[in-house]
Amino acid sequence: MKHIIFGFTFVMALLLPLSAAQAAADLEINTPAISALKSSMQARHPQLAPFYSSGAVGFSRDGLVAVRDAASVPLAQRQALNSLVAAENKDRNALYAEIANGNQHPEWEPEIRATFAKRWADKAQSGWWVQDGSGWVKK
Amino acid sequence: MKPLYWTLAAAMLLPACVTINIYFPAAAAEKAADRIIDDVWQLQDKKAAPVAPATETPAAQPAP
Repeated sequence: MKHIIFGFTFVMALLLPLSAAQAAADLEINTPAISALKSSMQARHPQLAPFYSSGAVGFSRDGLVAVRDAASVPLAQRQALNSLVAAENKDRNALYAEIANGNQHPEWEPEIRATFAKRWADKAQSGWWVQDGSGWVKK
Repeated sequence: MKPLYWTLAAAMLLPACVTINIYFPAAAAEKAADRIIDDVWQLQDKKAAPVAPATETPAAQPAP
């Protein structure tokens, strides 16, 4: 019986500081992979920004960008726009997964994605389109 | 006596496990998201740019 009690005490001693450390820590976002994704998205942003302003592209609920009004884009530009959106979403998906993995919690990916979706929408400039629970809304 | 130990141990151990596996640091995630979004959209640059030259002005000349 004593062994069991000592065993539990030992396990508790191991677990309690762990949970405390998790609660206090910031999320790690300074990994090389995250920095690379950030610069890639930063370099792409000037190309996407005009489409945000025109409403051709909006910010979706799932933390990605989506073509919401392709008709507003000249036919000749549409292919380029689709490629831009696909590349941006590839980076965004990788970014959310990378933050979750970089913090040793791959299962946090959906919550990280949801947090980002909210913050992209909150920080979007007025005139940009964001998707809320009911549909597309112009800020 | 035995069941009491087990109940105590379980009561202490269970929340610890739950904390480690399920706890999501929402505030830290929001802060991380803000930092990344500011970088990607260069939102800080606009605010930081006017501040930087201001700090270069000679604020305090060492008095003799």
